[in-house]
Amino acid sequence: MTTLTMTTLDPRSRAARRGMSDLAIRNLFIIPTIVFLIVFNIFPLLYSLGYSFTDFRASTNAPWNFVGLENYRTLLNDPFIWNNFAITAKYVIVSVTGQVLVGFGVAMLLNREIPFKGLITTLLLLPMMLSMAVVGLFWKLLYDPSFGIINYALGLGRFEWLSNPDVALYAVALTDIWMWSPFVMLLSLAGLSAVPKHLYEAAAIDRAGPLYTFFRITLPLVAPILMIAIIFRTMEAFKTFDLAYILTSQPTTEVISIRLYKMAFQEWQTGMSCALAYIMLVMVIAITNIYVKYLNKVKER
Amino acid sequence: MAQGFLKGLIAGASLLGFVGSATAQELTIFWAEWDPANYLQELANEYEAETGVKVTVETTPWADFQTKAFTEFNARGSAYDMVVGDSQWIGAASEAGHYVDLTDFFNKHKLNETMAPATVKYYAEYPSNSGKYWSIPAEGDAVGWSYRKDWFEDPKEMEAFKAKYGYDLAPPQTWAQMRDIAEFFHRPDQGRYGIAIYTDNSYDGLVMGVENAIFSYGGELGDYTTYKVDGIINSPENVKALEMYRELYGFTPPGWAKAFFVENNQAITENLAAMSMNYFAFFPALVNEASNPNAKSTGFFANPAGPTGAQFAALGGQGISIVSYSENQEEAFKFLEWFVKDSTQKRWAELGGYTCNKAVLESAEFQNATPYNKAFYETMFKVKDFWATPEYAELLIQMNQRVYPYVTAGQGTAKEALDNLAGDWNTTFKKYNRFK
Repeated sequence: MTTLTMTTLDPRSRAARRGMSDLAIRNLFIIPTIVFLIVFNIFPLLYSLGYSFTDFRASTNAPWNFVGLENYRTLLNDPFIWNNFAITAKYVIVSVTGQVLVGFGVAMLLNREIPFKGLITTLLLLPMMLSMAVVGLFWKLLYDPSFGIINYALGLGRFEWLSNPDVALYAVALTDIWMWSPFVMLLSLAGLSAVPKHLYEAAAIDRAGPLYTFFRITLPLVAPILMIAIIFRTMEAFKTFDLAYILTSQPTTEVISIRLYKMAFQEWQTGMSCALAYIMLVMVIAITNIYVKYLNKVKER
Repeated sequence: MAQGFLKGLIAGASLLGFVGSATAQELTIFWAEWDPANYLQELANEYEAETGVKVTVETTPWADFQTKAFTEFNARGSAYDMVVGDSQWIGAASEAGHYVDLTDFFNKHKLNETMAPATVKYYAEYPSNSGKYWSIPAEGDAVGWSYRKDWFEDPKEMEAFKAKYGYDLAPPQTWAQMRDIAEFFHRPDQGRYGIAIYTDNSYDGLVMGVENAIFSYGGELGDYTTYKVDGIINSPENVKALEMYRELYGFTPPGWAKAFFVENNQAITENLAAMSMNYFAFFPALVNEASNPNAKSTGFFANPAGPTGAQFAALGGQGISIVSYSENQEEAFKFLEWFVKDSTQKRWAELGGYTCNKAVLESAEFQNATPYNKAFYETMFKVKDFWATPEYAELLIQMNQRVYPYVTAGQGTAKEALDNLAGDWNTTFKKYNRFK
């Protein structure tokens, strides 16, 4: 039966020669991992679930009280919180769409024989390897209305990217697109190079146009891997903090994780912020599940 | 079991701290990363030379200061023996038992009489008028203004200004004059702007700036003893003050929507603005030619008066407190005994610290030491501060949420913003049972 297919240790291996059994090896590697997960992930997760039903504040010695669902009720009735969620949704849509368009587009361009392909791909991957805080700090300089290079290069005069409440969120998303399109590009490139060449040859023989080929061959075959890229980017964009926090402090860019940070570590409303974190967690899980369902459907096709 | 595990961790951590501190006479003071902290370190070095007790001033950037300090307090950590904490913290830190009660020490040394009254009221006493003290006024600070003397004293400008406004161009005496001057110097086509004000809403920058207007317009944030805010925070004076602040925002350099002390000093050093709001603590950088190419032509003035002649400024600055979880409280008390001596306070001022000691502040020596000391002395006797209740951070964020969109984007009206703020504050005070 499949449940008992644990592979046995190769008798010639060093571990076997030292007299270690399969069980010993399993315990050696898995138990510490499980303990680590329980102590640092599962336990805090459950502990904070408990806190979310109390009015506990980490900054005081006052005894906490059980308040039931009061925190959740307050949060879900707070128009500022809903506004934060709306901002986050807008940010996720703009930023992920931008990354997919740019990343997939660049991958299409790179998916052919061109000189220095390897070098170009590596260079294009650089933004993604930088730290978020560093990217935030130097894009702040690039956007600066007085001496920033973006306004200079585009001839925009003193356009205020980050101080204009209507533009600031797009400016943050643009930075995110710059940073993370390479990630989508990399995955798409892997997907594109896996598309069998004979399909294109067959299409060429049947005189299919480039658009037809793209929508009927390329996109369906790359879709599963593209979906994975989208899932990752959506989850990340939903949780985004660093870029938005560093670039600007406009209320129109206060994504939900910034509000959460303020509530937890400036206001020290520990119980309330645990509740907000749980609301976020449920949302991320829900969104991811919808995606995964869709991904499975795409794979079946 | 979880609790036991946590306790074990904390006990282990404090044991480590104990071993570290018991071996040598050492004290650690926690403060934010800025020049005054370096001056305090220099002062502490002199203490070490005198007594052999090593005092280290540990610092962290301003943006983390509050978070880091309270994280340590909440964990009952003994890493810091003393902390030079922000004035608004005092309610939160004293009610939670993080600070040692210094009332007896305060009375013994008659600090009530030797320190400037406003500093005692806002850095040391909590609750208001209770006679209970939690810290020793250490770094006095308030908001003042710097301006470009060369722009103000240019004969052509003076003539044009007089022709336009009918009075002489000089450092403003009132907010109305300040508005005129800001408008006069606001020339975006020349890359010159009227005024630099605080607009950063991530901590207390914007609120401090708005407070300057509110207090000088004769307004208040609320009654700090009864927690009444209706008709106080949204009074007609405050509405006018907020409208004035919004108007001044129109004369700031481009992109001035997240400006705090760094940006406002840059406004002077980079030739951006004619006048700039900032804490006095940041003025030493403006008279230093290494950090300000316009050092020679930078002047200073105190926060101007409002329409009724009232003149106040928003308080910055910090008092020094002993942390309840410190293992070296006795040594910390000894350090404070030394710190409050008149001779130490004089030395503190010489090193660049802003002493709160009345005698030193009043001395001609202090007032003539720098171009801004006189303005500082005048200001320190007319300062007011934000709420110091334990829930101050929530009040601060609510004020940012209501006021920022109006000031920087002109959303709604000043009256609406302040009416809504009164509602938020009432809800918060109700939540913490402040209305008895």
